[in-house]
Amino acid sequence: MSSQDIPEENLPAEQATDEAHGAVAVKGEHDNPFADPGLPEHEHRIQDIDERAAKRSERVVAMLFTISMLATIGFIAAYLAIPVDKSIYVFPIGHISAMNFTLGLTLGVALFCIGAGAVHWARTLMSDVEVAQDRHPIEAEPETKAQVLSDFADGARESQLGRRKLIRNTMFGALALVPLSGVFLLGGLGPAPGTKLRHTAWKKGLKLVNMNTNLPLRPSDIAVGSLTFAKPEGLSEDAEDFQTVMAKAALMLVRIAPENIKDKRELAWSHEGIVAYSKICTHVGCPISLYEQQTHHVLCPCHQSTFDLSDGARVIFGPAGHALPQLHIGVNSEGYLEALSDFDEPVGPAFWERG
Amino acid sequence: MSTTTNATKVSNDAPSRGTAPAGERIADWADGRLGIYSLAKTNMRKIFPDHWSFMLGEVCLYSFIIIILTGVYLTLFFHPSMNEVTYHGPYVPLQGQRMSEAFNSTMHISFDVRGGLLIRQIHHWAALVFLAGMFVHMMRVFFTGAFRKPREVNWLFGFLLFVLGMFTGFTGYSLPDDLLSGTGVRFMEGAILSVPVVGTYLSFFLFGGQFPGGDFVARFYSIHVLLLPGIMLGLVVGHLILVVYHKHTQFAGPGKTNNNVVGMPLLPVYMAKAGGFFFLVFGVIAVVAAIASINPIWAMGPYRPDQVSTGAQPDWYMGFSEGLIRTMPGWEINVAGHTLVLGVFIPLVIFPLVLVAIAVYPFIESWVTGDKREHHILDRPRNAPTRTAFGAAWISWYFVLLVGGGNDLWATHFHLSINAITWFVRVGFFVVPVLVFIATKRICLGLQRRDKDKVLHGRESGTIKRLPHGEFIEVHEPLDQEALHTLTAHEQYTPVEIGPLVDENGVERKATRSQKLRARLSKGYYGENNQIPKPTVEEYKEITSGHGHH
Repeated sequence: MSSQDIPEENLPAEQATDEAHGAVAVKGEHDNPFADPGLPEHEHRIQDIDERAAKRSERVVAMLFTISMLATIGFIAAYLAIPVDKSIYVFPIGHISAMNFTLGLTLGVALFCIGAGAVHWARTLMSDVEVAQDRHPIEAEPETKAQVLSDFADGARESQLGRRKLIRNTMFGALALVPLSGVFLLGGLGPAPGTKLRHTAWKKGLKLVNMNTNLPLRPSDIAVGSLTFAKPEGLSEDAEDFQTVMAKAALMLVRIAPENIKDKRELAWSHEGIVAYSKICTHVGCPISLYEQQTHHVLCPCHQSTFDLSDGARVIFGPAGHALPQLHIGVNSEGYLEALSDFDEPVGPAFWERG
Repeated sequence: MSTTTNATKVSNDAPSRGTAPAGERIADWADGRLGIYSLAKTNMRKIFPDHWSFMLGEVCLYSFIIIILTGVYLTLFFHPSMNEVTYHGPYVPLQGQRMSEAFNSTMHISFDVRGGLLIRQIHHWAALVFLAGMFVHMMRVFFTGAFRKPREVNWLFGFLLFVLGMFTGFTGYSLPDDLLSGTGVRFMEGAILSVPVVGTYLSFFLFGGQFPGGDFVARFYSIHVLLLPGIMLGLVVGHLILVVYHKHTQFAGPGKTNNNVVGMPLLPVYMAKAGGFFFLVFGVIAVVAAIASINPIWAMGPYRPDQVSTGAQPDWYMGFSEGLIRTMPGWEINVAGHTLVLGVFIPLVIFPLVLVAIAVYPFIESWVTGDKREHHILDRPRNAPTRTAFGAAWISWYFVLLVGGGNDLWATHFHLSINAITWFVRVGFFVVPVLVFIATKRICLGLQRRDKDKVLHGRESGTIKRLPHGEFIEVHEPLDQEALHTLTAHEQYTPVEIGPLVDENGVERKATRSQKLRARLSKGYYGENNQIPKPTVEEYKEITSGHGHH
């Protein structure tokens, strides 16, 4: 991969500009019309030759700094005077927090004017004569390199590292092993997954509870064309693990005319056309929330995976890799919808052990 | 005798030190301990060249400082905890709702702390400016060839800053634990789960168990405020030290060579300009934060794994990864009780590869050219057509993915079919960069031809002249020497040849595969039709002396 084999003459010649250091004009030298003419002569600004213009610049800079001071005083006044919950109407933004608007504007003006003043000062009053400074190669001189290499060789020899193999090998061994302690300490970050991703809170006999009303659902509550979200009975929003349980157990229910259900198992696991599917997308786990009544398609709003709920929730568009898991439901003796088992496959995104 | 002399000397010295101005005495004190005079000797009047594009890096530096300042303020009020609490604050629509302490304290910052919302919004806006600034700064360095020796390491520092900036941003906007960011974290969990063999373990170790659990906000917090910014601060310092050590690059022009740097001194011009520019950037961001709301978490509500809003989008810099994940077909392979989630895992692998493609480019180019010299004169993009075309192709690739990441927004705003957009991105992922590469290269070559014309025939003056025999011509004004020099200052490589495959003794030699590849690439870079030979002095003289105006 080295480029040792590239002859020097293959590289473009450096421009013949070395003689043009600084402001030495070499017009016509070597009769080369493309030669570097050297730094152009400095052109004076109006402020360099007209003291009145310079004074004007000075006043502009001072005015900017003064505006900044006033803006800071305004900031402090706004901070002290404006109630934190006051809202004002600002065209064309609309109703916004008065505090945020005033503090932001005054702070912005205070800062901006300092910057504008400094830049104006630099551009109009400070010297704008361009100066050339030499560069020096980054690489060290050969003598320096030779010195360093010999110093290193001395140091290495004096350490006897190369000669005493036993020390060297055991040291490398010790240094290689000691980070393992750190790796093992990271083991405390989490429990092993076990089979947790295979099970949800659903089990036989758990009633389906309406997410919004917190009441157990009856078949009559599920109207054709509606999308109902449910959670397992006994799961309170105040429960400490509510979020983690819901991340797997979230359920959606729709009612489809039984003759329109194309998938046999789907029909068998439904009740009077009511089918229950996991709400967690099998792509990367967003909750699915858009339902198209006519086609019985549901769409995940995150990445647009689309599932056909009338055909085993198979994927009909988008990046999801497999159908939504269905929950086997029925009706208990009191007439409430209940789960007849847990999901028979893991819900949510696929993973290595899913199989 | 000697003692007296010494004593006199001391007494002679002492008053002169004592009468020095206070500033000088402080400087003397510091010099005796820190050696500041030697440091100032090389740096105080250091020359920096001037060009508008050189301030892009400054925008990044200043927004980084603003982020640190405002971030420290936010830590004083933010509670990185996922304990569930009930909201009792002043924002009526959320009163009585269950939410994590993280969300609750962010509500507190936004509604109860005076100026808290402003600092939050400055923090978030500055983060967007920081990322956008780094992106554009990187493009500036790329298209002008500023990454060439001796600056390759600094290019990598900058690249790392860009990548770390993305993840710092992601962990940062996930902290409030709102519905939008929680959805983003869920997406990340799904992506991690797709990793073969260890994915499930990685996820459980990151979240301290099952998603979302009760740990990730605290863990993201320490990553966001300590781990990543600490590394980035080190990289920024290293980046700046190298900028000073290498001295800044400059564009070709009269008096500017590879061995000098032409511009104005740090003290006073750049102290005032660069120092003032910090205040300009801060001021503009403060005004933006005053008038433009960003990440209004109260409108989205606290995170619930069973709820989502439409139009869920990451911050823009993560958009291209979103595009990858949205447009990838949902491939899944089930073998022997295991699942290979290619539909998610392939995007997860391409995500870093998109970034690495641009990161390694400097090393590919230096291998192709075999050039080991230092380069301090910047290229005009047109004079490096293949590099420019590659960069443009990469940007187009990035933007195709960005379109994919917002396919729902494109569909609703422009009344397009989301399926059509997705298919456009799937095809465009492969096709658009190629088309852009070809088009850019042609444009560059056209511009090179125009430069050549300008050098040889002068610039069009707009004056029409009638010749004695009735012909009308437009008078071309010859360029002055400064312009001639600037337009011909660029270097042109000749393609690398493999060389004769039979040496002088008739022994055959096999060209290695890498040699062949390099010869082909080099031809593609510098061969015929891949660059326009710049005008020679002979051509110029023949045209200008011979027939006058053409």
